[in-house]
Amino acid sequence: MQVDEATVRRIARLARIRVSDEEAKALEKELSGILDWVRQLDEVDTSSVEPMTRVTPMTLKKRPDVVTDGGIADDILANAPARENHFFVVPKVVE
Amino acid sequence: MAEPLPLGVPPPLSPPHKGEGNHACAARHLGTTIVTDLTKLTLAEARAGLRAKQFSSTELTQAFLAAIEAGNASLNAYVLPTPEHALAQAKASEARLAKGEARPLEGLPLGIKDLYCTKGVRTTACSNVLDGFTPTYESTVTQNLWDAGAVMLGKLNCDEFAMGSSNETSCFGPVANPWRRKGSNVALVPGGSSGGSSAAVAANLCLAATATDTGGSIRQPAAITGTVGIKPTYGRCSRYGIVAFASSLDQAGPIARTVRDAAIMLTHMASADAKDSTSVDAPVPDYEAAVGQGIKGLKVGVPREYRIDGMPREIEDLWQQGIAWLKAAGATVHDVSLPHTKYALPAYYIVAPAECSSNLARYDGVRYGLRKKGRDLIDTYEATRAAGFGAEVRRRVLIGTYVLSAGYYDAYYIKAQRVRTLIARDFEEAFGKVDVLLTPTTPGPAFGIGEVSGDPIQMYLNDVFTVTVNMAGLPGISVPAGLSSEATPLGLQLIGRPFDEATLFRSAQVIEDAAGRFPVPERWWA
Repeated sequence: MQVDEATVRRIARLARIRVSDEEAKALEKELSGILDWVRQLDEVDTSSVEPMTRVTPMTLKKRPDVVTDGGIADDILANAPARENHFFVVPKVVE
Repeated sequence: MAEPLPLGVPPPLSPPHKGEGNHACAARHLGTTIVTDLTKLTLAEARAGLRAKQFSSTELTQAFLAAIEAGNASLNAYVLPTPEHALAQAKASEARLAKGEARPLEGLPLGIKDLYCTKGVRTTACSNVLDGFTPTYESTVTQNLWDAGAVMLGKLNCDEFAMGSSNETSCFGPVANPWRRKGSNVALVPGGSSGGSSAAVAANLCLAATATDTGGSIRQPAAITGTVGIKPTYGRCSRYGIVAFASSLDQAGPIARTVRDAAIMLTHMASADAKDSTSVDAPVPDYEAAVGQGIKGLKVGVPREYRIDGMPREIEDLWQQGIAWLKAAGATVHDVSLPHTKYALPAYYIVAPAECSSNLARYDGVRYGLRKKGRDLIDTYEATRAAGFGAEVRRRVLIGTYVLSAGYYDAYYIKAQRVRTLIARDFEEAFGKVDVLLTPTTPGPAFGIGEVSGDPIQMYLNDVFTVTVNMAGLPGISVPAGLSSEATPLGLQLIGRPFDEATLFRSAQVIEDAAGRFPVPERWWA
């Protein structure tokens, strides 16, 4: 399973990480190496096995649908690189 | 065999010192002998010493702060010492101890892995992408420790976002293992990702440390620094406030000098937590009580598939020695099979990157941490994440993105999760026959900083004996068991049934009693 440069660029776009041309070349090799190595899982017959969906046997806890937290807008903005009143300020989104 | 220290009784100190007056003067009057003695105490000994008023809470904290100031530049175990915070906590502990209102960990100085959110104290996960992040909330595990009266000495170095087996991916630079090869000055890795934790405990820069384990990041560093590390059952400790790497694999746990110390730490780290719906509602036993219970009649399993091709002779010998020790203490030893063992590592390197690609999507420069301004929002995301993530993190996020992407999800992620079910099933079947499993912790001793570079898979192989345990959600402990031919530490791993940490502690104690303790022979860093 070779990962080519176009695939590296597609994945990088999906992951929102900018990748330079030299980095893309190096990543082709590295990612291909890892993906080739994990292909040994194809040796395992999993036709009658369910994927694991919970690590320990438990049912998801529920709680009453009431407000128990909140009103901490200042805390939430405390580490913001740019803020205005109770908003995070970001560069504009280009359509 | 090392002379056993009477547990809970500190070594005599002279002269006895009341700790009155200016604390800086007290530190000078104490002199270096007392400072070194205090930092060599185990957590249990320090706990007893404080209650017996052999030394004050402030003196104990001062001793560690002095050791950190003297030694951290060479080791780089701490990324952020917090001396003022520590002394304030020590002072509060002093008052409580004086009034006879000591909580279980009153006045005991600990190091905290920089993956735990500590309120008002910078937390970075050792990544540039969280540059300057100061949490406005506390992780549940650390809150439990402060509620028990513990003191925070500072934040400890780790691999970036807990991804690594050597602490070499940290944005703060690598950590030096306090252990060195016999006759060599080469800097060795302390393991990873909890390398700062393991180095600090081994170098007596704290009594014990918090750490996390996703594929071996507590057990492997403990094994190669001669310390004890336990990853409890998935769900035993709350993950609230711990920077997430792989949510179905991450667990919090302690690294400490002795089995007893690790048991004390885990008792106070663990709790049910409404803020972590994967944490279990089971009460936390007093793990310290399990420590001396022995293992008569215990059935120990030795999984044959852990005997891998090309395994060094000394690892096999250590394993056999461990088997002999457990037999001598009254256990019976049985051959068991875990047929899917060899697929755990490749399956892990699909599941963990997949989960991390999702967990690390939040680091986009909008709400916290680093922001690199771009032309527009998407450009800002791409520039921020490129600048903020190191090479290993980027590698894993990209692998994860790929295996979760349309057209590949079934072939990779679902396939790996099916293999994971088989791995868990192997353990379930084995635990029908035996009570605990014994394996080596690592395929070798500590390697040199920079020695394993280039091929990521070479680095991943360090976790070959440990990832199986995370994939199955089971508890696993590493206990020091011997020295390599290079005179560096090696550990043995015990794996238990879900929520049977008590059996791990009493089995590990047997190994510790037989093997002795492994203090670092030469204090070269200060």
